[in-house]
Amino acid sequence: MASDEYEAVIGLEVHTHLLTRSKLFCGCAASFGVAPNENVCPVCMGMPGVLPVLNRNAVELALRMAFAAHSEVQPYSVFARKSYFYADLPKGYQISQYELPLCKGGYIEIGNGGQPRRIRLVRIHMEEDAGKNLHEADSSLVDFNRSGVPLVEIVSEPDLRSADEAGAYLRELRAILRYIGASQGRMEEGNFRCDVNVSVRRKDSTELGTKTEIKNLNSFRFVEKAIGYEVARQIEILEAGGRIAQETHLWDPIREQTRPMRSKEFANDYRYFPEPDLPPLRLAAQMIEQVRASMPELPAQRRERLQREFELSAYEAAILTEDREIADYFESLLRAGLNNPKTAVNWTMTEVLRAINETGKPLDQAVPPATETGTLLKMIENGTISLNAAKTAFTAMCKSGRGAIVTVDEMGLAQVSDEGAIAAACDKVIAAEATKVAEYRSGREKLFGFFVGQVMKAMGGKGNPKVVNEVLRRRLAGG
Amino acid sequence: MASELFTLTIAEARERLERREISAVELTRACLGRTAAVESKLNAFITLCAREAMEQAEAADQSIAAGSASSLTGLPLAIKDIFATRGVRTTCASKILERFVPPYDATVIAKLRAAGAVFLGKANMDEFAMGSSTENSAFGPTRNPCDLARVSGGSSGGSAAAVAADECLAALGTDTGGSIREPAAFCGVVGLKPTYSRVSRYGVIAYASSLDQVGPLAKTVRDAAILLKEIAGVDHRDSTCSARSVPNYELALTGKVDGMRIGVPREFFVEGMEREVEIAIRSAIQQFEALGAHAVEISLPHTDYAVAAYYLIATAEASANLARYDGIRYGLRAEADNTLDLYNRTRDRGFGAEVKRRIMLGTFALSAGYYDAYYLKAQKVRTLIRQDFERAFEHCDIIVTPVAPTTAFKLGEKTADPLQMYLSDIFTISVNLAGLPGLSVPCGYDAVGMPIGLQLIGPPFGEEIILRAGDAYENSAAIEHRPARL
Repeated sequence: MASDEYEAVIGLEVHTHLLTRSKLFCGCAASFGVAPNENVCPVCMGMPGVLPVLNRNAVELALRMAFAAHSEVQPYSVFARKSYFYADLPKGYQISQYELPLCKGGYIEIGNGGQPRRIRLVRIHMEEDAGKNLHEADSSLVDFNRSGVPLVEIVSEPDLRSADEAGAYLRELRAILRYIGASQGRMEEGNFRCDVNVSVRRKDSTELGTKTEIKNLNSFRFVEKAIGYEVARQIEILEAGGRIAQETHLWDPIREQTRPMRSKEFANDYRYFPEPDLPPLRLAAQMIEQVRASMPELPAQRRERLQREFELSAYEAAILTEDREIADYFESLLRAGLNNPKTAVNWTMTEVLRAINETGKPLDQAVPPATETGTLLKMIENGTISLNAAKTAFTAMCKSGRGAIVTVDEMGLAQVSDEGAIAAACDKVIAAEATKVAEYRSGREKLFGFFVGQVMKAMGGKGNPKVVNEVLRRRLAGG
Repeated sequence: MASELFTLTIAEARERLERREISAVELTRACLGRTAAVESKLNAFITLCAREAMEQAEAADQSIAAGSASSLTGLPLAIKDIFATRGVRTTCASKILERFVPPYDATVIAKLRAAGAVFLGKANMDEFAMGSSTENSAFGPTRNPCDLARVSGGSSGGSAAAVAADECLAALGTDTGGSIREPAAFCGVVGLKPTYSRVSRYGVIAYASSLDQVGPLAKTVRDAAILLKEIAGVDHRDSTCSARSVPNYELALTGKVDGMRIGVPREFFVEGMEREVEIAIRSAIQQFEALGAHAVEISLPHTDYAVAAYYLIATAEASANLARYDGIRYGLRAEADNTLDLYNRTRDRGFGAEVKRRIMLGTFALSAGYYDAYYLKAQKVRTLIRQDFERAFEHCDIIVTPVAPTTAFKLGEKTADPLQMYLSDIFTISVNLAGLPGLSVPCGYDAVGMPIGLQLIGPPFGEEIILRAGDAYENSAAIEHRPARL
């Protein structure tokens, strides 16, 4: 098959907002969800005579990203003006970094199904975001709330070889950014944007083919689909003897295909030059070390530790650490003093994730605090409630926000573990089902389930299944 | 006499206000009266703020009476229309900002307000500070009070003329390639460009970010020193502004220059300079020697490249600084039904010819394929020029040169050939490239009575030494002050 002879060569350019309180070059709030043009001032509106002043916190967050990506921090870097005209760009230039970025090199490791692969980075740099255009029928509106919000741009080498790898890279990158508190990483909300560079070449070639750039991707799924589509498109052209045009394509999420941007958009000459209103950024060794020392545990480190400390499988560790909040929640559950960490593992991977996915709410709104859930799990462990009852209680707690003990109590979910009571119920059932008992004793093992059901029914469902099992077996065996 | 109050210096007026011999209201009224009498001949102002000025003067008198006067309380100033003044139209002498009213003050304006100054109005200038004659203003040129047929110089021509004609006691200007010093020399007043980074640029409409600097134009060197102290100093809104402490510049005016080494650059005394200008400068150097200073010949070998380097760097920075004038958020907006036409028409109509010329030149110097040969090369030449001065200052304490190769030329004389106009900056431009302080002091007149200016250049943050030298010269040379006959 033609596509077997080719390999895809993919590089990703990610832009993400940094979670600072204020904008990159002025004191306006960098928050979202306010009315248009509320978080603005003369500086981020590009009024005459204004000047930029660098936000230190933004630099610290960018440095955390550098450490997480093993990227080399440049103690001397320079901001640059990138000029182009657009209604949402108030100064007519964006303050970015060009020849001397904040960081060079680095890598992101992707799991690759057990075979970790390093995807190298070219660079990481800082820049300001532009405002937002809103197009109406006969006019356009511009909202400058986003103008000046800090961004980091993370550029990878074209080391990725498939849509799956691209997805894995993006997920790991997002996890890292969320772990270090640098970003929310939500593509759908626009605070994590990705442009893709795709080319193909014959598998034995070392030269790069002509690449196309794909923009307007707003979910990981679309990134993967767009890559799939574009790779197939390029192979088809090459197989037919054609040449790939170096173009920028837009992803059409409705038709799920790429199409070239209108030719009217010429290639821009950005006329980069060093920003004269900002001195070169000189980072003291002490400051760099301070940031390095304040680094939280990264996803890869946490995965490795969870596997080691709690004997989790690689798969379990991966699921639990995909989100820092979930990993934190899981570890909090363990502090409830459970005998078996697996209880917490399973509960987090099933009930907790389900509650989050079903409600679509953030963790702290979707599930009870870890202390309460931990109490619930302890109740399962010490036999106070059955697993099923716990699930019922949990669902109620998610909705009501009330504590574990109160909920179990009010809903009457506590199970009976007293051997005497269970023995009495078993005896009753045995007495009532003499025929079946005889059949069982003569070899029909399968009937055991029937007896269990009957005992449970007699106990109103509150029998501790483990104890019921034990006692019933003994009684049926004649003991 | 009340009618002569406008001839006072800052130092004199301050003393009289303190002694309650005059009131701030009288002083401001005198200046406004003078302005009313002569302004139609000069066109030194784009916007007059008579009402606001009187209100400020009244407030000044109240604070003087309450004993809470500040250093500049009640002193009437003209403000170049390049400084953002909250609530007062700020045009930068351009149609594109003809109706722009900033909702904020420039930092230096806030400082002057806090010091109690009175703002008489916004002074005329070359559009976006691009020019050497104020003939590039969208609101007509400013005429030289010494000869109304001649230019006042530029780009701070309105500020210089207003001071020379006693419409105000002093003024604020900006200097990117000579725009304070040259008009000061042409109009016979004192002009000071401080070291780059000495004064905040926040709220100063940007022309060339790495060259622009704010400074005073005044009647005496002492007055310039007084004003500098009020406007200099760190500003957290300007990342390029120096945190170095601000001395009391008046204390530097000791009158003593004996032993001072006066550097005279051989490259500056070349063809193209008017004979009378050269004579006046040489005479000034002799005056310094009579005071006990020593003249020393120095060399600034890369002088020839200064104008070219400047017109690449300044225009490149300007091409980006002026990109924000697009009709979207403020200022002039032309009618159009798509964004591209909106930009094109707004900027075509809003910008004058010289501004367009420099934007195009700067865009070219930065464009792909040309950046290395032009912009980058010019910045390297700039380093060489700065090093020339560093080496020179190992052998001298100040450097003395003419301010301009000629005295004020006639209106329209140089407008036909922009390059000719650019050469007027030949002696001032390298000072901006090197970021050094430069002072222009009147040192004589030519045969037709036009003033000649002497330039004193200091090492970085050497304002005290050039002010001391300038003040000593001013007092000893006693150049005749010829009030403008208007």
